[in-house]
Amino acid sequence: MNLMTLDKAATLEQAVTPDKAATVEFRGLRREFGATVALDGLDLTVRPGELLALLGPSGCGKTTALRMLAGFEHPDSGAVLVDGEDVTRVPAHRRDAGMVFQSYSLFPHLTVLDNVAFGLRMRKVRTAQRRARAAELLDLVGLGDKGERFPHQLSGGQQQRVALARALALRPRVLLLDEPLSALDAKVRLTLREEIRRLQQELGITTLFVTHDQEEALSMADRVAVMRAGRLEQCAVPAELYGRPATAFVAEFVGTMSRIPGRLSSDTVEVLGQRLPVDGDAPAATEVDVLVRPEAVRVTADEKGEARVVATAFLGASVRLTVRLAGATELKADLPAHEAAELSAGAAVTVTLPERPVLVAERAR
Amino acid sequence: MARLNLWRWGVLALAGLYFLVPLAASVVFTVDVPGQGVTFDAYRQIVSTPGFGPGLLLSLELAAATIAVVLLLMVPATVALRLDASRLRPVVEVVCSLPLVVPPIAFVAGIATVLKWGPDYLSRTPLFQTFVAIQNQDFPVVLVLAYVVMALPFVYRSLDAGLRAIDVRTLVEAARSCGASPAQALVRAVLPNLRGALLNASFLTLALVLGEFTVAQLLGFTPFAVWIYSVGGSQAQLSVAVSVLSLLVTWALLLSLAVLGGRSRTAAKG
Ligand SMILES: Nc1ncnc2c1ncn2[C@@H]1O[C@H](COP(=O)(O)OP(=O)(O)O)[C@@H](O)[C@H]1O
Ligand SMILES: [Mg+2]
Repeated sequence: MNLMTLDKAATLEQAVTPDKAATVEFRGLRREFGATVALDGLDLTVRPGELLALLGPSGCGKTTALRMLAGFEHPDSGAVLVDGEDVTRVPAHRRDAGMVFQSYSLFPHLTVLDNVAFGLRMRKVRTAQRRARAAELLDLVGLGDKGERFPHQLSGGQQQRVALARALALRPRVLLLDEPLSALDAKVRLTLREEIRRLQQELGITTLFVTHDQEEALSMADRVAVMRAGRLEQCAVPAELYGRPATAFVAEFVGTMSRIPGRLSSDTVEVLGQRLPVDGDAPAATEVDVLVRPEAVRVTADEKGEARVVATAFLGASVRLTVRLAGATELKADLPAHEAAELSAGAAVTVTLPERPVLVAERAR
Repeated sequence: MARLNLWRWGVLALAGLYFLVPLAASVVFTVDVPGQGVTFDAYRQIVSTPGFGPGLLLSLELAAATIAVVLLLMVPATVALRLDASRLRPVVEVVCSLPLVVPPIAFVAGIATVLKWGPDYLSRTPLFQTFVAIQNQDFPVVLVLAYVVMALPFVYRSLDAGLRAIDVRTLVEAARSCGASPAQALVRAVLPNLRGALLNASFLTLALVLGEFTVAQLLGFTPFAVWIYSVGGSQAQLSVAVSVLSLLVTWALLLSLAVLGGRSRTAAKG
């Protein structure tokens, strides 16, 4: 980067960054739609300047939570706080929240530049000034030359960039993104993901990012909040979420998890002929499932082994094996490619786990 | 391919004959007087008949008022229905379709009864003055009210089609998150994308009001359509000239509305 672009980046940052990043707090949010409970007492705090991903299966209430912060949805009970201030009753247009929607939300009758300048126009900023600001923002998302186009003349990825610029135009205190990448094809999704993250870090803006894609959440976010049926299941940094999931739901939703039947006695569990300590809280039952990640499973060729390789999938550096145990349980195991060479479908193998504490969950029916 | 094209041209020619031949015949009949050659006397006579100007003006005023009222009523209503995905939607749909099944003659009979009996019961209340005011000969508000009801089905349908084509909820929410109040969101984000539907609704209402005869005649007012009927009655040539003229006037108005709509679209881009 040369001096001039550095200088430009600095002024842009001034142009967009709010004075100080905001803290967002959800307190006991509850919302019912007829018989469905969309939010069932959601508590969550977003720290200043962080990108927090709201992750969960479809229908778990992510969008509803986000829309409550934007002011489009109102809680039956509970409160939304921004910097400690209760904004639950503040109408949407005074919330100071920029939003990027899942579907294409650009105004079809306005050019790209006018789309970005829309908010400034609502704030009665003078024409010359707002066009200049809008042009700066378009540069920021790499579409400086597309200002005179209309939305329908842009690709999906470009449209979402414009939507991002539009959301940032009013220097919002929080940025809200509702699955902004889900309508894009895989390659565009990857580049735009990185770009959103870069921009967010540059601007230091508090950001809530809704997604149902765990890979997206883990790769982008400072912290990930996993939701289930309207409640918060766990909120942690990606490494912790993956390595030490608080519940079986989180364990299975984030990354790949296999279940192996085991017997629980006091605080150890007997599984695959091994006796391993239990990690975290153990359930009350004795018949339990042990949760293991594919990379933590060891598979060795063994003529006398009772387990069989059912399928193999080449992943590049590693091979993912699907192994069927004696009791018809299937599990996934990742092996370095060179070790897996002799293990083709049908091979007899032994499966072992490393001598480490394991996660245990109630037996799935 | 060629055969398909031939078919198309055939159908077009047939349709053209069906519409244009009677029209051309009418025009020829009105301008070609035997023994005198081509003359526009019939038209000159119409325009100079008393009542032409006032009748046309009244019709235009009625049309403008009806369009304004019906749009002010229906645009917020249909947008609100879209935003709330409400259970009211089928109710509104049925109500807006009712005028199609009630014949104008039954409709006007009802209105006439109300206008006749209302004042008797209300003679001691201020409402009496209201009844008088809405039947003002210079500008019969009661006709506007009647036309609003009659235009509902067309206006509802064109607005609904227009709203179906855009994601109203997302547009409104996008505008709101950009700092627009609900009214600003409607005017700045939704209406510009409904231009076609609004124009369509206005077209249909204009055509309806200009051509409406039953209600106006039976309530005793003389807008353009009623006036035409009253002039044309006696003379064959004159009556045909009058219908040709009314056709031309309606076309001219629709055309000017279209041009107006097209112009403001290019203006909005700047
Ligand atoms: N406006 C609404 N009317 C009725 N039900 C709704 C509405 N919005 C959301 N829901 C329901 O609330 C639940 C949560 O929805 P949502 O927050 O959109 O989930 P997510 O974004 O996690 O997929 C779903 O069961 C959905 O059907
Ligand atoms: Mg959603």
